[in-house]
Amino acid sequence: MAYPENILYNKSHEWANIEGEEATIGITSFAQEQLGDITFVELPEVGDTLEAGDEMGSIESVKAASELYIPVGGEVIAVNEALEDTPEKVNEEPFEGGWLIKIKLTDEPKGLLSATEYAELVASEAH
Amino acid sequence: MKTLFAQSVPGRTACLPPKPEERAERFLPKELMRAKRPVLPEVSELDVVRHFTRLSTLNYSVDSNFYPLGSCTMKYNPKYTEYVASLPGYTTPHPALPQLPKGAQFTQGSLQTMYEAEEMLCELTGMEAFTSQPMAGANGELTGALLIAAYHKHKGNKKTKIICPDAAHGTNPASAVLAGYEVVNIESKDGIVDPEALEAVLDDSVAAVMMTCPNTLGLFESHLPTIVEKLRRVDALLYYDGANFNAIMGKMRIGDVGFDVVHLNVHKTLATPHGGGGPGAGPVGVSERLVPFLPTHRPAKAEDGTYYLDTDLPLSIGHVSPFYGSFAVMLKAYAYMVLLGGEGLTQATERAVLNANYMRKRLENHLYIPYNRICMHEFVASASKLQDECGVRALDLAKGLLEKGHHAPTIYFPLIVKECLMFEPTETESKETLDGFLDDLIDLIETAKKDPEALFSAPHNTPVRRLDETKAAREMVLTDEV
Amino acid sequence: MPYTPHTAEETQAMLDVIGVKTIEDLFADIPADMRPKSFDLPQGLSEMETCAYFEKLAGKNNTDLVSFLGAGFYNHYIPKAIDNLVGRGEFYTAYTPYQPESSQGTLQAIFEFQTAVCNLLEMDAANASVYDGGFAIFEAMMMAVRAGRKRKKIVIDESVNPFYREMVDTYTDNIDVDIVVVPHADGLSNLDALKAAIDSDCAAVVVQNPNFFGNVQDFTELFEHAHANKAAGIISVYPVMQSVMKTPGEMGADIAVAEAQSLGQPLSFGGPYLGVMACTKKMIRQLPGRIVGRTEDVDGKTGYVLTLQAREQHIRRAKATSNICSNQGLCALRALIHMSLLGPEGLIRTAELSMERAHYLADRLTMIDGVELLNDAPFCNEFAIRLPINAEDAIEALMDKGFVTGYPAGRAYEGMDNVLLVACTELHSFEQIGVFTELLGGIL
Repeated sequence: MAYPENILYNKSHEWANIEGEEATIGITSFAQEQLGDITFVELPEVGDTLEAGDEMGSIESVKAASELYIPVGGEVIAVNEALEDTPEKVNEEPFEGGWLIKIKLTDEPKGLLSATEYAELVASEAH
Repeated sequence: MKTLFAQSVPGRTACLPPKPEERAERFLPKELMRAKRPVLPEVSELDVVRHFTRLSTLNYSVDSNFYPLGSCTMKYNPKYTEYVASLPGYTTPHPALPQLPKGAQFTQGSLQTMYEAEEMLCELTGMEAFTSQPMAGANGELTGALLIAAYHKHKGNKKTKIICPDAAHGTNPASAVLAGYEVVNIESKDGIVDPEALEAVLDDSVAAVMMTCPNTLGLFESHLPTIVEKLRRVDALLYYDGANFNAIMGKMRIGDVGFDVVHLNVHKTLATPHGGGGPGAGPVGVSERLVPFLPTHRPAKAEDGTYYLDTDLPLSIGHVSPFYGSFAVMLKAYAYMVLLGGEGLTQATERAVLNANYMRKRLENHLYIPYNRICMHEFVASASKLQDECGVRALDLAKGLLEKGHHAPTIYFPLIVKECLMFEPTETESKETLDGFLDDLIDLIETAKKDPEALFSAPHNTPVRRLDETKAAREMVLTDEV
Repeated sequence: MPYTPHTAEETQAMLDVIGVKTIEDLFADIPADMRPKSFDLPQGLSEMETCAYFEKLAGKNNTDLVSFLGAGFYNHYIPKAIDNLVGRGEFYTAYTPYQPESSQGTLQAIFEFQTAVCNLLEMDAANASVYDGGFAIFEAMMMAVRAGRKRKKIVIDESVNPFYREMVDTYTDNIDVDIVVVPHADGLSNLDALKAAIDSDCAAVVVQNPNFFGNVQDFTELFEHAHANKAAGIISVYPVMQSVMKTPGEMGADIAVAEAQSLGQPLSFGGPYLGVMACTKKMIRQLPGRIVGRTEDVDGKTGYVLTLQAREQHIRRAKATSNICSNQGLCALRALIHMSLLGPEGLIRTAELSMERAHYLADRLTMIDGVELLNDAPFCNEFAIRLPINAEDAIEALMDKGFVTGYPAGRAYEGMDNVLLVACTELHSFEQIGVFTELLGGIL
């Protein structure tokens, strides 16, 4: 499976698309596949400040739930409100319309993976 | 089936009390009254009787089907216990009555019942004392965790963690957190708790370890003495989850082997009915060092032979239920123990273990059994090899069994075995019933290999077929809007 | 042996299949030093003997007392059809409905129960029940604490049932939640003091209606004030009286809870009872326990499933909304059948008959010299009176005459030693009330 090249990944299957001082955060196509049909996404509030690796919410499918961890530190400036009524967007377009939050960076990204490195990680986990 | 709300016809009535002389407006000012009458079914008594009779027929139950649901001990619930619990002498007394001046003399029967039931539980488990207050198994776990907290607080111990093995019931970590503890998970080795994994996380901050024995794989925890010894070193307590107690009655007593706290699920081991999800009761037993912390209003016996409620317990954690717990449920459990006696209870355990091993042995050539050795009252099989072979999963086998008129085993628990199916036949099932079930299951496994589609689409003949759970969770229709 | 069908031949055949000689071989894992140190349980009895034993024990309880004791737990009439219907083994010997295809009876009944609760309380969603009214208050508080994120303070009115406040104290003793009790004002909730206690650290305010003293109040403004301060409003109610009283929904409560013992459950010395929990749409994700939702099967047929299970302990483990697993399933079914048999008119009449008797009793009692109502606020079927003597003494004096006078408020409230709580239901006759009044008058 190919993962978008221009963004960074962490080991808990979130991605960060960094553009200048801001970043958009979401979960990967692999993560949404593992969860199955997503039914609910719990996100932080605008104004919350989180450090890299902090829990930023949770995501639920019918029979599973998983905590979300922010890949890079920042202040939340937007949450994807469309997910409240259409959480399936995370299944359908995890790297686009299914994004979770936007943040203003307070930190340099550290220890994140490239698309190739992430693909390797996924390949090893699938075993 | 139409809901009772959809069957409602305005003006139709069933069991109406006499007409009051005064209406509520006489006693309450308008601003304290509701604007509209509540929308409740307006139906005849026959409508109600027919509706619920028909609904009942849509259920599988122990009374109608074999129900080998692992970890749930779905044994037969003897009918006389219902009779006992419905005696007016038991159903009438108000729970606050014995707390009033001279009130205890009018409730000697209930107080004696509670006292004797707790005494018998002590002998059955080897614990020093019991409380009947916790209202279900999970509530017993929470009570146990609160007792552990009270003990450490009293001793001045600074404890922040409770250790749970990975095979534990989900209620264990959830209860520990609700009681204010951080949960530390440890991985099992060979299906049982690994003393080295325990040692690696054990320090002075550990308040307790929550275990069950046999564990959720149906295996005896053979390192128990080592574990007890390790815990003593850091003054950590050992908790026993009684969900699997049906495996050891008369064979091992929880108190004798070093456990400090135990909850029993009387709706499992002691044959009180599950009621489609409750009510249960989760009496908690403790070792000597935890007795002072038990919930207050403990049934006690005075020197003159009368019974009373003891409130002289300065270290008590207080009340975990408003009065004395699910009294009527505990009463049924006690009635069950009285009828069976020590020998009968031991035999219940023996035959539960016999049935489980018989099933395991007959299945071993058909389904992968990860820890295939003598088990206790239940065992875990896995459909993972079947899945590799033909795509049929544990879920599909479960649905296939429903189609054949059996309840399914527990699936996808414990979490440490992939595609697992957990079978607990209990002692009340006959060899013919087990054989009938096993023949059907083996037949399903054979079908799966030849025609997996037949299982993917099962069940076909149940009141409804596979339901869209995603739709339910996304749309959240939780009430009937008519 | 009772309830185990194995014959000696069958047992042997099964042991042969397993490949062991004796049943004891199956327990070889338990070493000798871990075997019971004692197992001195009595011999079993036949069913006949067992029943006789319990008939004798039950006979040691008195069932002839005329009781005006309530304190949140009431002896209302229970329609006879209930026992008949819940006694069907298909309901009472089923487990939690994990396999929906074989559990539609239980699932649809829970869905209808949720509907009845929501309609009675005018709330958006309800769960399948929790253990009792006190545990429901604790769970509601924990919902508010989670929803309020870092807020740790719960403001609770002192006139909330003291049996429940004691439970709350026990359950919160080892967690980071501060319980702030706001004193009542002569049996009434002190609304100004409650408002003043709601600050930026407050997750919820908890009140009860009617309160422990029987008084009825409106909490609309209090809840508005709570919302303005981002705190939740929690109200504990009495389901029978809720058929006529202003509803939690009308008052703007976020979470409504109740002890529904009054809906078809016998007093049975304390349980099993029935904890009801309902909430607004916004709070659904925080709701603990089982919740049933309507959906369709693969053929498009309507059916019901346990839903939102990702909140629960069997999936979420340490991060679950609660540890609850078993709830009060069969008690909820009793309550649903009770509400269905009574219908709206029957439930309202039950409330009114009880109120009528309580007000008649209050009128009679206050004619006795030295007896007065605690306050002049509206009440339903329970009220508080001040006696010229200690309430405990009054209770003791009448107990021997076969009357349970009520509950002594001094047990839970300082300076109220002479205050007595008295309750009526539709089951009290006016004659009983007359005799009781005369007896009480006689000792004062």
